[in-house]
Amino acid sequence: MAGAGSVLEVAQGGASRPLRGRLAQRTRYYLPAVLVFGGVLGLWELLVVALDIRAFILPAPSAIVTALVDSWGAGRWLIGPAFANTFVQAIGGLVVGTVVGVAAAFLTARWTTARDSILPIAVALNAVPIIAVAPLFNNWFGLTNPISKMMVAALLVFFPVMINVTRGLSQVSPASLELMRSYACSEWTILRKLRIPNMLPFFFTALKVATTLSLIGAIVAQYFGGASDVLGRVIVQSASALRFDVTWAAIVMASITGIILYLGVVAVERVVIPWHASLREPEV
Amino acid sequence: MSTTTASETVVRISGVEKRFEAGGRSTTLALTGIDLDIRRGEFVSLIGPSGCGKSTLLRLIGDLTPPSAGTITVNGKPAPQARLDRDYGMVFQAPVLFDWRTVEDNVLLPLEILGRPKAERVARARAMLELVELSAFTRHYPYQLSGGMQQRVAIARALAFEPAILLMDEPFGALDEMTRERMNQELLRIWERTGTTIVFVTHSIPEAVFLSSRVVVMSARPGRITKIIEVDLPRPRGFETRELPRYFELVTAVREALRAGEANGVAPVAASSTGRPSSDRLAAEGLG
Repeated sequence: MAGAGSVLEVAQGGASRPLRGRLAQRTRYYLPAVLVFGGVLGLWELLVVALDIRAFILPAPSAIVTALVDSWGAGRWLIGPAFANTFVQAIGGLVVGTVVGVAAAFLTARWTTARDSILPIAVALNAVPIIAVAPLFNNWFGLTNPISKMMVAALLVFFPVMINVTRGLSQVSPASLELMRSYACSEWTILRKLRIPNMLPFFFTALKVATTLSLIGAIVAQYFGGASDVLGRVIVQSASALRFDVTWAAIVMASITGIILYLGVVAVERVVIPWHASLREPEV
Repeated sequence: MSTTTASETVVRISGVEKRFEAGGRSTTLALTGIDLDIRRGEFVSLIGPSGCGKSTLLRLIGDLTPPSAGTITVNGKPAPQARLDRDYGMVFQAPVLFDWRTVEDNVLLPLEILGRPKAERVARARAMLELVELSAFTRHYPYQLSGGMQQRVAIARALAFEPAILLMDEPFGALDEMTRERMNQELLRIWERTGTTIVFVTHSIPEAVFLSSRVVVMSARPGRITKIIEVDLPRPRGFETRELPRYFELVTAVREALRAGEANGVAPVAASSTGRPSSDRLAAEGLG
């Protein structure tokens, strides 16, 4: 049978494939991306030199790296501490927004009264260009207090998390519900054994979007003022001082922050929902 | 099965009627005048055209939907009580396995819900997977299995908590003919070993005849029982059974009963057998 055959392949492919083979496979998978990335950087460097592009328009990659190294722990702008502080603010916002979003989702999925009262507010909140409230938050929580930045990030994170988790909790297949009904399950058991596992892929999808949003929220909130040891301030101040190499270096670190957060979510996802379609081992 | 309890009635359906709201004040009569007794250890098939309410009848027995009139008792209790007592195992047309659970964990699900001790439920799940010959796949996820294997997991899950009755709603309807015949054989083996009472909905005549002790023939609109055919084929049944002259006689008998049911149906339906109104058809599909 074709079915039985493919099952055996999976059985062997998943667990017992030698580590070296898997490493080789990973390398083959990532090699094109690495090559393209390296190629683009090389071309960039070459063009800057060949066309004699001025550093304040577009610094060469090598100049950006130099600025990053030089400004990491010394000089007028300290990118190292700025990176650490921004990282903490983004993560703080991510955590707060996620916790509140998940809590709201559980309320709305469980009680229709909660849905009818929370959902319009959530939609209204989402309609507000959240960036615009950053000055208010700076005022409420203190201009130099990192909490004010976290809250802007949290507000951005809240909506996608809440909407996705609500969908995950409520979009359960009718047949599964019938199965649970045939076992005479309580709503609580259905929540634990069916709705929550069903919700997890939705949750992780939202979380991946939320990592980017929390970073945007934190950095934009920083633009509006506050302590200068954060990436947003480094970007604003170095740009106004025409030190665009430092600006670029700070942008690079902001991207790295986003990538770290994203990969963190992916790593957790792999552990928590290895069964999900998006994470299945490719059948080669 | 010819055990001492063979004559004990497990399911008693009397005067059952089922109406569905069809929007506004109108209702659709899905089932009417249903009387049926099912004895312990019997294998009963419900067969009929799409929309005859055979699945609805099964769902009534399982208390997944309440009857509009009449009574259904299971193990001497009203159907809702029997559901609360977990007297049923259900197998649907789709396997309805949980993606996030391995094969073994899927079979464990009802045992967890019933709060059986951990050691007991693991042993039980293993035994059930052995019964459906999937012992080698306990740690696999559903997506790694073929459709037939997934349906075997669903059967193992339904049998795991030893329900008095197994309710099966076209369980092999989505499988190809060869796999279906193998699954039929498999199911008979399991039924003979466990002695469970099985109510089996199908629209395949050969399947109904091959499996059943009795075939309940139904007609559409409104759904009712038109004939009950005793299947006296020798057991154990196997490949040869499908080649017995008696098998063909019974297949013919069921087919003729189905045709007779169609002919005796409500006049307008018979008159427009090809061009039924589409809204009607949708309603029928929903009920089927």
